[in-house]
Amino acid sequence: MKLRANLVIGGALFALAIVVGLLAPWLAHTDPVMDANLMNAEEPPSWTWWFGTDAQGRDIYSRVLYGARVSLTVGIVSQLINSVIGVALGLSAGYFGGWWDDVVNALTNLMLAIPSLIFALAIMAVLGPGLTSLLIALGLTNWSFTCRLARASALSLRSQGYVQAATVLGYGDVRIMITQLLPNMLGPIVVIGTLGMGSAVLSEAALSFLGLGVRPPFPSWGSMLSEAREQITTAPWLSIFPGLAIFLTVLGLNLLGDGLRDILDPQSRSRRT
Amino acid sequence: MTGSPLLEVEDLRIDLDDGLRRVAAAEGISFRINRGETFGLVGESGCGKSITALALIGLLRPPLSIGGGVIRFDGQEIQHLSAARQRQLRGNRIAMIFQEPMTALNPVSPVGRQIAEMFVLHKGKSWREANQLAVEALASVRVPAPERRVKDYPHQLSGGMRQRVMIAIALACGPDLLIADEPTTALDVTVQAEIIELMRNLCAERGTAILMISHDLGLVANVCRRVAVMYAGRIVEERGSADIFRAPSHPYTQGLVDSLPRLGSRAALGRSRLKEIAGVVPAITRFPDGCRFNPRCAQATDICRATAPQTEGLEAGGFVRCHHHA
Repeated sequence: MKLRANLVIGGALFALAIVVGLLAPWLAHTDPVMDANLMNAEEPPSWTWWFGTDAQGRDIYSRVLYGARVSLTVGIVSQLINSVIGVALGLSAGYFGGWWDDVVNALTNLMLAIPSLIFALAIMAVLGPGLTSLLIALGLTNWSFTCRLARASALSLRSQGYVQAATVLGYGDVRIMITQLLPNMLGPIVVIGTLGMGSAVLSEAALSFLGLGVRPPFPSWGSMLSEAREQITTAPWLSIFPGLAIFLTVLGLNLLGDGLRDILDPQSRSRRT
Repeated sequence: MTGSPLLEVEDLRIDLDDGLRRVAAAEGISFRINRGETFGLVGESGCGKSITALALIGLLRPPLSIGGGVIRFDGQEIQHLSAARQRQLRGNRIAMIFQEPMTALNPVSPVGRQIAEMFVLHKGKSWREANQLAVEALASVRVPAPERRVKDYPHQLSGGMRQRVMIAIALACGPDLLIADEPTTALDVTVQAEIIELMRNLCAERGTAILMISHDLGLVANVCRRVAVMYAGRIVEERGSADIFRAPSHPYTQGLVDSLPRLGSRAALGRSRLKEIAGVVPAITRFPDGCRFNPRCAQATDICRATAPQTEGLEAGGFVRCHHHA
């Protein structure tokens, strides 16, 4: 059996990010918030300070480890909310058609017309800053692509012989959507979902930068990156390491999505064996 | 039991509403099927046989709708039942198998699960019981090694095997009526014979009536006890299947029977062209007045062009819808 490189590498990177986030208290060298020491400010990477230190002398390595917690929570949870909303709306719209389809389409177009970050900003302004409002804001604003995809899949799958056969065999609408349509569109939905997790991580960075995400001094990759912007020429390690963490996580998620798509399609599964 | 009618269709009319006007895509459809009987519905593409089947199971979708008439299943009128009640009938008491075994199975679900779902859905079984019953169902359609095959996905099975799975699904709940819409068109001839034989045996064992829909008069006459021939939305002739070959009454049926190739005919008659029926089926919106077959009929006279013929009973049983029937 051929080893699926994308699945293994992607899964490993994503798992690494999760493990790092979970084990941060044991892996970190210092406390990410409290151990500021201006004597060690802006040290470049060395054996003592693996990833260097920032302007307040805090250990970047430790902050990156703790930052994984916020970034991954936001990425996974908000994308799950988006996927559930998008699939529920898109699938039902494509399957039922009619006025419900029109309503969902109008809603989707509305969401696409307003930049999602602006919309998220508005929600954050109402809910106030913090992790929970961040999850809600990002979870409610990025479902339109998933919705479009689910609707298009449902439209094309609806006319498939086996969906009609299921109707003839007495399946109800909900059962048809769950057993016939959903499994057949899961591949692209998962791929879009993993991509969405990556962009949620980036959105979190943007909102944190604007002071609406996780409040400083608590670290998230996004806020670290934003804070490092001004020192990018003098202390590049401040941007490189959080950036690398985001890059590797998003890369891992994309590879994982790719690999999952192959596995979720039984035809390619049997081609392998 | 065999005497009482299982399905009675009386004067069924199916409307096609294109937004501007209503036209009858099929009308005056009447037939009855007794318990355990095999009944065939024959006609060319577009004559209305498939929409008749859809009307029976309550699945006509706009722009098509039932415009009138009565469908009585097991003594109960079913044409106006609620969607939920019709769904309880479908798959449970009336099952259907399709033309395309390639596409009628869900590609991402193992076939055993698809069979088991029927027991869960209609018989309220647990999944554990249902999976066991699925193995038995697969064995009953003579799929070898059913306990291993239940885990297979549809693409791992051949066309004949898939159609066997479809039959297993359709017969899972022991329906009273099986509607087979061109069940073997997509299969090659030897597999076709096996599948038909299997279907006939299983239904005979369980007392399931079959409504077989096909354009293949030979096949239908071979399987069914009685045959109805449809042309342009009307049943033009209904006979015992032996009679329809021996002495077709309606000119259209005669044309169909004449256009069948016969084994050995070249030796008897010399090298001659197959007979055909001149012309094409009229479009639904442009059915001719009077008898709908009159533009293509060699025997057509003025009355055929003016008045639509009513059904006339035949001595040997059955009826024909023609002014000049033989």
